[in-house]
Amino acid sequence: MADQAETLGQLITGDYKYGFVSEIEADQLPPGLNEDIVRLISSKKKEPPFMLEWRLKAFRHWLTMREPSWQNVKYPPIDYQRIVYYSAPRPKKLLGSMEEVDPEVRRTFERLGIPLEEQKMLAGVAVDAVLDSVSVATTFKKKLSELGIIFCSFSEAVQEHPDLVRKYLGSVVPYSDNFFATLNSAVFSDGSFCYVPKGVRCPMELSTYFRINAASTGQFERTLIIAEEGASVSYLEGCSAPMRDESQLHAAVVELVALDDARIKYSTIQNWYPGDKEGRGGIYNFVTKRGKCLGANSKISWTQVETGSAITWKYPSCLLVGDNSVGEFYSVALTNNRQQADTGTKMIHIGANTRSTIVSKGISAGRGQNTYRGLVKIMKGAAGARNYSQCDSLLMGDLCGAHTFPTLEVNNTSSQVEHEATTSKIGEDQLFYCLQRGLSAEDAVGMIVNGFCKEVFKELPIEFAVEAHKLLSLNLEGTVG
Amino acid sequence: MTATENAMLEIKNLKAKVGDKEILSGIDLEVKAGEVHAIMGPNGSGKSTLAHVLAGREGYAVTQGSAAYSGKDLLAMPPEQRAREGVFLAFQYPVEIPGVTNKYFLKAAYNALRKHRGLPEAGAGEFLRLIKERAKLMEMDPELLNRPVNAGFSGGEKKRNEILQLAVLEPRLAILDETDSGLDIDALKVVAKGINALRSPERAFVVVTHYQRLLDYVIPDFVHVLSAGRIVRSGGKDLALELERQGYRLIDGEIKSREAAGAP
Repeated sequence: MADQAETLGQLITGDYKYGFVSEIEADQLPPGLNEDIVRLISSKKKEPPFMLEWRLKAFRHWLTMREPSWQNVKYPPIDYQRIVYYSAPRPKKLLGSMEEVDPEVRRTFERLGIPLEEQKMLAGVAVDAVLDSVSVATTFKKKLSELGIIFCSFSEAVQEHPDLVRKYLGSVVPYSDNFFATLNSAVFSDGSFCYVPKGVRCPMELSTYFRINAASTGQFERTLIIAEEGASVSYLEGCSAPMRDESQLHAAVVELVALDDARIKYSTIQNWYPGDKEGRGGIYNFVTKRGKCLGANSKISWTQVETGSAITWKYPSCLLVGDNSVGEFYSVALTNNRQQADTGTKMIHIGANTRSTIVSKGISAGRGQNTYRGLVKIMKGAAGARNYSQCDSLLMGDLCGAHTFPTLEVNNTSSQVEHEATTSKIGEDQLFYCLQRGLSAEDAVGMIVNGFCKEVFKELPIEFAVEAHKLLSLNLEGTVG
Repeated sequence: MTATENAMLEIKNLKAKVGDKEILSGIDLEVKAGEVHAIMGPNGSGKSTLAHVLAGREGYAVTQGSAAYSGKDLLAMPPEQRAREGVFLAFQYPVEIPGVTNKYFLKAAYNALRKHRGLPEAGAGEFLRLIKERAKLMEMDPELLNRPVNAGFSGGEKKRNEILQLAVLEPRLAILDETDSGLDIDALKVVAKGINALRSPERAFVVVTHYQRLLDYVIPDFVHVLSAGRIVRSGGKDLALELERQGYRLIDGEIKSREAAGAP
């Protein structure tokens, strides 16, 4: 409680804690997008021809697409010609160890509270740190490589493991998938790549800290994770961004592939700059995340805690192809002030006896708008498929909104689908009960909200759960009393 | 009763409204440390309102009068400060908080009180021993400590849980709002045993109840009868028995008709 009170105090005085810009020399292309830019990105990254071809196909397709407008969020038109599509910290020399990382970069991470060295020592977490668009440091690589696990930047994977990239890139989210995924496919600058070979259980949580840095740089990250037969891996993605006047577009793509008996757990904490109280500035987080349970008995589990960004628009989804495969989606989305979130999942049951679970918790405060949008589709061949969905909304105050758009599509008679939904308000009763026991209003709200989210938090790795707990309390500061 | 220096709670001519409706129409009450006062009265006489106003619940407008707690203006304090100063309300309808374990909730409350007193937070082991010991006193299944606050508790479990909180937080002034309602005789005895174990020369109780039943087990020093927002009779423990025999008809007709016109 003391900790919480202290951090709240900091927040009251400090506004967005992670709002600072670090001075790193950036190697930047001019703003705007055309075929030359796509070629330049590919050549700067010394990519093999198949990558350039793929990017160009995506770019040409993108030109024929229109930005979607069906989502329940509002934002001013984006000028794609004003965005800088490539920006990389200029390496002074090749980096052999952490100590050689640009001290400014390291300070940035320290101010974010994630000193790499310490993480190495304490958490046993291998960190592939993505600052702007290029990976600057990768740790624990050696230990992982002894097990045959590949965990590196996407660029490096393109150089070192082109066959794997070629085989799986776009196999879950094709280059033509949707407007933002297609844009990403054309211009993505870097990201993370992970390959866990047959029968190997990754002994540590893999973690990437994304951080948007240089001003008006759209971030186009690409993550690809492959778990071979019987392999398992848990991946953590945590984010925070510096304060910015202009809205920033973030259109990432994440692809997961799980083969027979493989397990992938993907956890996200997203705390990007949400804009000021009137909604000015802030990140547009338009992300395509999808996993394919290709093999029998495979399992993909998404857990997300979305507290930041001006607009969050994403649907981490599962294609349940293999028989008996399992998809899970656990989500907490919080919107405060003018934040908007339209998030949920798609569970596509293709194989027999496939199972999926959806637990979504939406919290709206201030003038925040929170939408759950979900699709559970059970194909004809998915005999015996089962889904359980639970969508709970919590409202704080009278100016916010919660919306739920669940879609169920069942094409066979042997499947079971259950959907439960609740909407509640933080009651005066609950608040008074806590106050009467001596808790402050802030602590009380933090406690009630965290209790509301417990089913999701228990799915998070422990360090993440603690962070998530703090984040919610911080982001709700000032919503009561 | 005469005013003395050691009055813990001193209520003078307290009037309070909900919306346009006056519920408390001039309450005078003095409670000293070590005393147990029972507040009885028919439904709608203002018993629960009095308890809520003392605890600082929103939605009531105090229009006149005062309430001093250990010489301080109780009504000027926000509810959490009243709690930290040692005023505890056992709720008639304890509130559920899904996802927050009883243990966690108790610890947060306990530490909030300690912090207010300038004491360090209790260690995990020390606190666990404390609540287990108190849970035993309340004959509570220790498993309830790990369950979310009041969620899925039976009526009796909820009331026991209130007294458990009382036993852990050790307030100076405990206000029990119809703690006996909805309890079967066995649960009532357990709750009463818990309350009696907590009686001490430093602690005062204000026991709000509709029935005399609880007072068979928790013997009050004083009994007050509330009607239409006023204390119409005060006496010793025998008054409760008298009420039990005669019902609230004991209160004269004039007051009854006023109550029917004025209170919900």
